[in-house]
Amino acid sequence: MDAGFLEGMVRGYKGGLLTQNNYHNLTQCDNLEDFRLQLSSTDYGNFLANEPLPLSTATIADRATEKLVAEFNYLRTNAVEPLATFMDYITYAYMIDNVVLLTLGTLHERDTHELLERCHPLGVFDTMPALCVATNVDELYHSVLVETPLAPYFRDCLSAQDLDDLNIEIIRNSLYKAYLEDFHSFCQTLPSPTNQVMSRILAFEADRRSLNITINSFGTELSKDQRAKLFPTIGRLYPEGNNALARAEDLDAVIAAVDHIAEYKTFFEKAGSGSYGNGGDEGESGNSLEDEFFKHDVELNKMSFLQQFQYAVFYSFVKLKEQEVRNLTWIAECIAQDARDRINDYIPC
Amino acid sequence: MSGTGPREAIFPTRMNLTLTKGRLKGAQTGHSLLAKKRDALTTRFRQILAKVDEAKRLMGRVLQLASFSLAEVTYTAGDIGYQVQESVRKASYTVRAKQENVSGVVLPAFEGVKNKDGNDFNLTGLSRGGQQIQKCRDTYVKAVGTLVELASLQTAFTILDEVIRATNRRVNAIEHVVIPRLDNTIKYINSELDEMDREEFFRLKKVQGKKKRDADRTDSERAAANSEFTESGGEVHRDEGIKGGEAGGGDMLDQGKDEDVIF
Repeated sequence: MDAGFLEGMVRGYKGGLLTQNNYHNLTQCDNLEDFRLQLSSTDYGNFLANEPLPLSTATIADRATEKLVAEFNYLRTNAVEPLATFMDYITYAYMIDNVVLLTLGTLHERDTHELLERCHPLGVFDTMPALCVATNVDELYHSVLVETPLAPYFRDCLSAQDLDDLNIEIIRNSLYKAYLEDFHSFCQTLPSPTNQVMSRILAFEADRRSLNITINSFGTELSKDQRAKLFPTIGRLYPEGNNALARAEDLDAVIAAVDHIAEYKTFFEKAGSGSYGNGGDEGESGNSLEDEFFKHDVELNKMSFLQQFQYAVFYSFVKLKEQEVRNLTWIAECIAQDARDRINDYIPC
Repeated sequence: MSGTGPREAIFPTRMNLTLTKGRLKGAQTGHSLLAKKRDALTTRFRQILAKVDEAKRLMGRVLQLASFSLAEVTYTAGDIGYQVQESVRKASYTVRAKQENVSGVVLPAFEGVKNKDGNDFNLTGLSRGGQQIQKCRDTYVKAVGTLVELASLQTAFTILDEVIRATNRRVNAIEHVVIPRLDNTIKYINSELDEMDREEFFRLKKVQGKKKRDADRTDSERAAANSEFTESGGEVHRDEGIKGGEAGGGDMLDQGKDEDVIF
């Protein structure tokens, strides 16, 4: 096993994630100063020490993400094949977001150099600034093909024409679909148990996307055909569940489509099917389906740490850390906006 | 003359007195009208004040809700600000201005108009957090509605405030400057006229006195001459007039009709 050292590192990082006790302390904070103080006793240390005093939640999120990126980059630099490729695949997801962001900027003729700062740091690649040179869609399409690791996805899903016409969200989701499928097939080439663990996680990710796309596309101009094209062809819902989802017109049809998978069924039951339809519950249970997804995601990622000598821990670590950053932002936001009743809605990793 | 207070610079004549009295009447009517206007405006002002207060509290709550729902979006979907900015093509919420008339004051009233088809970014967050984004959007539309209402109230508030001040100034000016001045002018004219009356009266008196003195003197002179004449043996007759005696001094007009004269 080549990656023994790195696996040790990653397990160490995992041990440094905030515990339930830390979260409890954080939720008791009265203001963001206390928040910073509480964090300084954790693995985060003095990551906010140099910030000017009126702390904003955005700064906290940025710094926390920076920490995640630093840890990830350390792992990535020390990785050898095939772990290196595996870790590259992790970054592709963020790269898609960045490339889409740049595309959007180019289409609207914005100053793309500004956009570079807004890109997710995990998805930064060396040749990314080269994309900013492009001034029209055709050039951009070609430079994406030449310069980015995402070229195969672009080639398979889109033409230069599409880049101009299609809604940017559809482009993003087509790319993501291609990415998930590619990542999945790559994982299958890795030795067991990596492929098992990863396919479980990726299957859930794919299903989650399919469900979300279906639910979110109700009442929009997205046609059923287009919708069906965005569903990844992996996951436990594929193929017949996806077909049912593609035909679904309301939430009941979606619930019927996932009926044969016990876990997903319970999500909908827990989320309370009524809350999604009207969307006006003022946050009582309005996003609990999304929360259930996050919870299950965390659950799966935690489970991957139970098996040793496999790569899935790296993916899981990134995801858990991401969730932690989200939690921190959420708690900070709740403290800043004085919304105590919702402060416990985070999902501890 | 009444020397207190300022007055118009006019001649104290009867015509000016009538004119000034007319002006005083006008000023008083104007004063009561303006006072009524001021009262109406103040009532309105108080109403608006109450509404502004209410709207501000509401705005606080709504904005808090809105920014919290944005936090929810950030939690589930990440930073979507840029995507939303870029995918918006036209305003989905516009403000139309109307005019409202409150006792002669034109107040602008704003009205938010929600564009029905302006849902440009309903695919944002398609794969994650779309529901939250729509909810957040709805909350913000509500918040903007509250803001528009508040803006309209606030503008009305400022304009009304200004107008009430101006009206108050006018009312006070009429009450404390114009009316007293006209009053003073009337008093002045009256006193001048009285003065002139008195002068005239005194003059007449004086003339009468002089005449009486002259008459007395001639009387006494004549009496002296008469007594001198009687002492020297003369006889003084009284002038009996025409026909003299009892019949003298009869009324010629009372003596019946003349005979008709026929030529």
